[in-house]
Amino acid sequence: MNEFNPSINEIGVRKLQLARLSVGEGEPPDLDNLAEIKMQTVDLDFYYGKFKALANINLSIQARKITAIIGPSGCGKSTLLRGFNRMNDLVPHARVEGKILLDDQDIYAPGVDVVDIRRRVGMVFQRPNPFPMSIHDNVAYGPRLYGINKRSTLNEFVEKSLRQSALWDEVKDKLDQSGMSISGGQQQRLCIARALAVEPDVILMDEPASALDPVSTLKIEDLMQTLKLSYTIVIVTHNMQQAARVSDFTAFMMIDENRAGKLVEFGNTPQIFTNPKNKQTEEYVTGRFG
Amino acid sequence: MTREVLSQHIQQIKDEVLLLGSMIEETTLHSIDALKQRDIEASHQIIEDDILINEKRFAIENAIIILIATQQPMAHDLRLLAAILEVDSELERMGDYAKGIAKTVIHLGDAEVAIPMHEIESMAEKAINMLHLALGTFISENAAQAYQIPKLDDEVDALYVKGYRLVVSAMIANPSTIDHGNYLIWVLHNLERLADRAINICERTVFIATGELLELATNDEDDSEAEDGE
Repeated sequence: MNEFNPSINEIGVRKLQLARLSVGEGEPPDLDNLAEIKMQTVDLDFYYGKFKALANINLSIQARKITAIIGPSGCGKSTLLRGFNRMNDLVPHARVEGKILLDDQDIYAPGVDVVDIRRRVGMVFQRPNPFPMSIHDNVAYGPRLYGINKRSTLNEFVEKSLRQSALWDEVKDKLDQSGMSISGGQQQRLCIARALAVEPDVILMDEPASALDPVSTLKIEDLMQTLKLSYTIVIVTHNMQQAARVSDFTAFMMIDENRAGKLVEFGNTPQIFTNPKNKQTEEYVTGRFG
Repeated sequence: MTREVLSQHIQQIKDEVLLLGSMIEETTLHSIDALKQRDIEASHQIIEDDILINEKRFAIENAIIILIATQQPMAHDLRLLAAILEVDSELERMGDYAKGIAKTVIHLGDAEVAIPMHEIESMAEKAINMLHLALGTFISENAAQAYQIPKLDDEVDALYVKGYRLVVSAMIANPSTIDHGNYLIWVLHNLERLADRAINICERTVFIATGELLELATNDEDDSEAEDGE
């Protein structure tokens, strides 16, 4: 074989195009030309006391797209997610270095209204956690907190939010029943409706379907595709197939030698799952990690 | 090492691809031998045995579909299995070329016709060598070697042109042999296409290694529309 040593041009290689696969509609997003960055971490370190849980995370979240964060247990995915709406403030001795920007505003800057941040950046958790009150009041809870008390206005918020979370048709005749009385999948969509009722910009989802049956899981995934037309979504999931199915972008995280979470690779979801650039990403997405 | 089940299945599929490749090499050699010997009986056997190649091709395809459905391969694994689906199809078509040559032997019967056997044997040898090398680099996923194999196609193409001219000259000299000469051109064509398809296998090797779909053609001619092989 060695007597042949042609350059690529000599043997007439004609580059056609990269394999471009898209899980969503139309062309996959162009990483080099992000249309609108909704949130961004800048040199982000995160500490629990002296323990550094996140190291030097630089990640951009594009508006009205779904960004999935994947990685092995303990790599800091949820810590990062909770950083996006300052949920980590509730953890004693938690500390942030660097910045997390929401529309160019540092959400950790002095004087920032945390309650307003959490309104603009809502969260849906792993297990459905409806409040022990009626379906109507679960959704109306947020708007009431923000001073809306007029019954008809509240009803509008409730219907709009329940329609957006694809739950309205299933519960419109039993709005006064307990939020705990409906199925797990419905409860999760109720929690999504509750998050939508305060008209957020961003919705964080921490393993939103891991406690649900397969059909409810797919309903949530379908719902996400509808919601991303209006909202920016960041999802943490252990289910790689789910990340591949639902997201536009994927961030892969791992722990570094000091056990701090680091961002290993960020890219278009089709690229991450068909042709990752980093060896550790490759090992993780092919299931050969560890 | 996790994912041992997936890895084992992939290895089994790779072994089957190599087996299919060796079946193609063997049937091609048999078809050329049958042409040289004008062996009608052997030609019928080659045509009959083509079904074994088709069955092997479908078995590999089926195994891959099951693996994709049940194991959800990603990244390199996914590219590899997608590439094997393509190579599987290439190999099956190569089998059809050997079958086409066997049919030619039957058409020729015992007619007196000048066969450029030297060129045909040399083409077959070189084309099979390309297939052998291409499959070796495919299984070992050696993209660097895959880039070099297409260069070998120039020799096959040169022999094709030489053989073609000999056949056409014979037809001009003796127009009563035009029918038979036409069959012989198909033999040359089939061997030339066999070598081209070996290059296609090299392209898939590059795809597995880099994720890029490249065309490793040695010239701009694309006669795929004219191919038949049977």
